[in-house]
Amino acid sequence: MSTEATNAAKKKRPEFRNINAFTDLTTYRLPLAGFVSILHRISGAIMFLLMPFIIWMFDTSLSSEISFAKFKAAFNIGMLGLPGFLWKLAALALIWAFLHHLIAGLRHLYMDINHAVSKEFGKTSAIVTLAASIGLTLILGAKLFGLY
Amino acid sequence: MAVNYGSKRSVVGAHYGFKDWLGQRVTAALMALFTVLVILRLALIKGPVGYESWAGIFAPQWMKVLTFVIIIALLYHVWVGMRDIWMDYVKPVAVRLSLQVATIVWLVGCAGWAVQVLWRI
Repeated sequence: MSTEATNAAKKKRPEFRNINAFTDLTTYRLPLAGFVSILHRISGAIMFLLMPFIIWMFDTSLSSEISFAKFKAAFNIGMLGLPGFLWKLAALALIWAFLHHLIAGLRHLYMDINHAVSKEFGKTSAIVTLAASIGLTLILGAKLFGLY
Repeated sequence: MAVNYGSKRSVVGAHYGFKDWLGQRVTAALMALFTVLVILRLALIKGPVGYESWAGIFAPQWMKVLTFVIIIALLYHVWVGMRDIWMDYVKPVAVRLSLQVATIVWLVGCAGWAVQVLWRI
């Protein structure tokens, strides 16, 4: 027993440092809860980066009848040399980011309040989060692109 | 030693980040409730949504005051989140501090713009 213990101690343990984003991160297999977690951060960053677009929409849609017409034209015709569907795609990215951030955030609040920290709950709630955010994004996206 | 982690952790000393942790959750809850309120007011509009009915959602003074609170909540929430991202990924202190300062400048500017829009309605 004692020799085994000393052998184990002598054996060189693997060291993990300076993770390479391109060669190491791609080999990681995240559990679903891990995907929800990193997407929570990514969706937050997307909304931060697109904040000027968000406030521009808030501004033009609310300021006057004329600006409201400009707001609609940006998505139907286009703006700044970019066609309307690209602006709709940007809006769709925001819709997904908002929905995912909101639902994943509610999951966090629920876990904080109930101390519901178990492996099973982590997985099932992650599935619910992904299904709800992607499902609602598809429904609203279809409306945005005039499919119904 | 007694349990000193999770909800049983005794928070003594200074700057453990509890204030930001709680603040991020409180502002999140406020914004979630505000989202429900806007959706409800949107659902109450009869017929197709035009400029008058859309601007009408934010027109009452109480709605402006509420929306103003939400803009400030958003400002704080985004600050905590972006600071987490910079702290996790950007190690050189000079670069990190510059990004943090730029984030604050940017967010305060955006909040000012949003507030101006709000009281123009």
